[in-house]
Amino acid sequence: MDSGLTLNHFLAISGALFAIGFAGVLIRRNIIVIFMCLELMLSAANLTLVAFSRFNTTEAGLPDYNGQVLLFFIITVAAAEVAVGLAIIVALFRARQTIDVTQIVSMKN
Amino acid sequence: MDANTIAWLILLLPLASAAVILIGTRRAAGVSALISTGSVIVTFVLSLVLLAVPADATAQPLSWLNLGEGLTINIGLLFDDLARGMMIIVTGIGMLVHLFSLGYMKDDDGKARYFAGLSLFMFSMTGIVLADNFVMMFLFWELVGVSSYILIGHWYNKDSAADAAKKAFLVNRIGDFGFMIGILLVWVLTGSIYFDEIAKAVGGVENAGLLNAAVLLVFCGAVGKSAQLPLHVWLPDAMEGPTPVSALIHAATMVAAGVYMLARVSFLLVEAEGAAHAIALVGGLTAFVAALMATQQNDIKRVLAYSTLSQLGYMIMAQGIHHGSEAGMFHLYTHAWFKALLFLGSGAVIYACHHEQDIWKMGGLRTRMPKTFWTFAIGTAALIAVPGTSGFFSKEAILEAAWHDESGFAKVAWALGIAVAFLTPFYMVRLFVVAFLGKPRTDHAEHAKEVGAIMWVPLAVLAAMSLLSPVLMGPLKASGHVAFHLFTPTGLLSLAGLVVGAFFGWKLYTGRDSDPISIPLFANRFYLDDIYQGIVRVFQDFVGLTLDAIDRYAIQPLTTRGPALGALGLGYIFRAFQTGNVQAYAFLFGLGAVIMLWLLVF
Repeated sequence: MDSGLTLNHFLAISGALFAIGFAGVLIRRNIIVIFMCLELMLSAANLTLVAFSRFNTTEAGLPDYNGQVLLFFIITVAAAEVAVGLAIIVALFRARQTIDVTQIVSMKN
Repeated sequence: MDANTIAWLILLLPLASAAVILIGTRRAAGVSALISTGSVIVTFVLSLVLLAVPADATAQPLSWLNLGEGLTINIGLLFDDLARGMMIIVTGIGMLVHLFSLGYMKDDDGKARYFAGLSLFMFSMTGIVLADNFVMMFLFWELVGVSSYILIGHWYNKDSAADAAKKAFLVNRIGDFGFMIGILLVWVLTGSIYFDEIAKAVGGVENAGLLNAAVLLVFCGAVGKSAQLPLHVWLPDAMEGPTPVSALIHAATMVAAGVYMLARVSFLLVEAEGAAHAIALVGGLTAFVAALMATQQNDIKRVLAYSTLSQLGYMIMAQGIHHGSEAGMFHLYTHAWFKALLFLGSGAVIYACHHEQDIWKMGGLRTRMPKTFWTFAIGTAALIAVPGTSGFFSKEAILEAAWHDESGFAKVAWALGIAVAFLTPFYMVRLFVVAFLGKPRTDHAEHAKEVGAIMWVPLAVLAAMSLLSPVLMGPLKASGHVAFHLFTPTGLLSLAGLVVGAFFGWKLYTGRDSDPISIPLFANRFYLDDIYQGIVRVFQDFVGLTLDAIDRYAIQPLTTRGPALGALGLGYIFRAFQTGNVQAYAFLFGLGAVIMLWLLVF
C-alpha cells in the first residue's frame, strides 16, 4: 500500500496485456507468435486474479486466496496446453512445411 | 318358386354370370360366352314366369343404408305391370343379342370380356327396371353408364372407340348430375325416395315452382341416358362399339331407361305441368332435328342411330303429353323390337361386307342376303309406320295423344311429330334402296354371303315381333292399347307423310351411285359436335390458363420458389462470413464477446 499503487493500475496493465495479446492473435501470421500471444492473454487474466486477490481483503485482514488458487489452476492447465499446442504446431509444420496461418486454408470451400 | 325368389334371381343371375366370367373363366372364351348366354336365357324364362305371378306379390327388400331420421334406403324390387313388361323387352332383346353375338363376336380376342360386359349391362338394366326407389334406380343408372362405357369401348385399341366410350360416359354424367339433384329435391319436397310414397305425397306439395324444378332436374337424367337434345351427341358416336352392343344399348335398353324412368314417375309429371311442357318440347325437337340429321348420313349404323334419336324423341315427347305416358311406353315396346332388328340386320350386313359400313359401298344385297333383306325390310316398314306394323300403332297413339292434349305446347310437339312422319320414310327408304337394291358398288358387296343361322334366327324372331308385338301386348303386360285411327287429321297426315316421304326417297335414290343432294348442315349434324368441342376447348383452355397463373404467381412464390430463393439469398450473405481465415473467426468471436459484455454490463 505504500507504493501508492491501486487496483486500477493493475487492471489497466492487465487490460493492456490482454488487448496486445488479442491484437497479436488477430493480426500475426506466424502461428508460434499467435500461440505466444494467447499465452499473453492468459497471463493478463492471471494478473487480474492476483490483483483482485490482493486488494480484496477478508474481515481478518488477509487477502482473499480464492483468486490465487484459481491462478495456480490456470498456470497448470496452461502448461499442459502449451505442450499440446506446440506438439500440434510441430505436427502441422511436418505436414505442411509452413507455419503461416494464411497458407493453412484446406477447410475453406 | 315364389315371386320373391324369382325377382331376386332375375336381378342377381347376370351379376353372378359377370363375376364368374371375370374371376373364373376369363381364359376360356367359349365357356364364358355360354355362361353369359345361359344366364340371360334363364332370366328371360324367369321374366316370363314373373308375368304369371299375382299382381299383388311383393319382394322382400334388402336393407342397404339406414341414415336415421326415418330415411332408410332399401334395395327393393318392384314388379308392377310396367316393370314386368319392361323386363320382357330387356331380357328378350338381351337374349337375342347374346345369341347374335355368339356369331358376330366368334373370333374376337376379347370375347370373354365382351360377354362379361354384356352380363354386367343386363344386371344394371334389370336393376333400373325393378328399382322401387329413386336412390336404387340412380345406383343402377350409374352402373348402366359404366357398363355401356365398357361395351362401347370394347375395341379400345381403336382411338375412335375409346373416345366414343369416354364421350358417352362424360355426357351421361352431365345429365346424371341433374338427376341426382332432382332426386334430392323430390326427397326434400315429399319426404320420401320410394315411388309409391312419393306418388301419395306429391299431391300435397305446395311449392309448384320447386316441384317443376325438381321434375326438370330428374328429366336431366333422362336427357342424358335417352340422348335428347342437347345431350344427344354421345349416341351416334357410340356406334363405334360392336354392332350387337349398338342393338342392345342404343335401341332397346339403355336409351329406353330414360323413357322408362319418366313413365315410372309419370305421377310427378301430372303435377308439374310446366316441366311436362318442356319435356314434350324437348322430345319433339329431338325427334325433328335427329330426323333431319339422319337424311344425310352415309354410315348405315349412323342412319339407324339418328333414327333411334328421333324415335326416342317421340317417346320422351309422349311422356310430357297429358295421358301420353302409356303411348310412349307402347312405342318403346314396339320400337325396341324393330330397332333391335334393324341394328342386328345392319350388323349382319356389316359382317357380310367385311366390316364395311358406308352404304354407298354396298348395294345389290337383296339377292345375296335374302334373309337379311326380308327381315330388314320388315324392320324398315315398322319404323316408317306402314299401317298394320307395330310401329304404326304406337306412333299413331303418341300423335293422337298429342293432338288431343289442349295445351299449345302439345300442339307444337304434334306439329314436329307430323314433320318427322314425313322425314322418317324418306331417310329409311334412302338407306334401304342404296344398301340393298341396285347393283353392288364394291367387291365386298359383290361377294357378300348370307350369314349363319345363329345370326339370322334372331333376326327372324325380331321380325316376327315387329309385326306381332301389338297382338302380344296383353300377355306381355305392355302398356298402351291398339287402336286404329286412320281417318283422323293425325292419321291422314301421317299416312300422307309415309307416302310422300317414301316416294321421294325412292325416286331420288334408285339407281344412284352417289348422293344427289348434299346439305352440309344436316350431314354435319348442325355442327353441334363442333360447337361442343369448341366450348370444351375454350373452357379447358381457360381453366388451364387460370390454374397455370395461380400456380405460377401464387403457389410457387409462396411455397416452392419463394423459400428456395430466400434460402439461396441467405446463403450468399452467410457465405461472406465463411472466409476460411482463423483470425477472422477469432476477431468475430472477440467482437461477439465484447458485444455480449456490453449488453450485460450496460
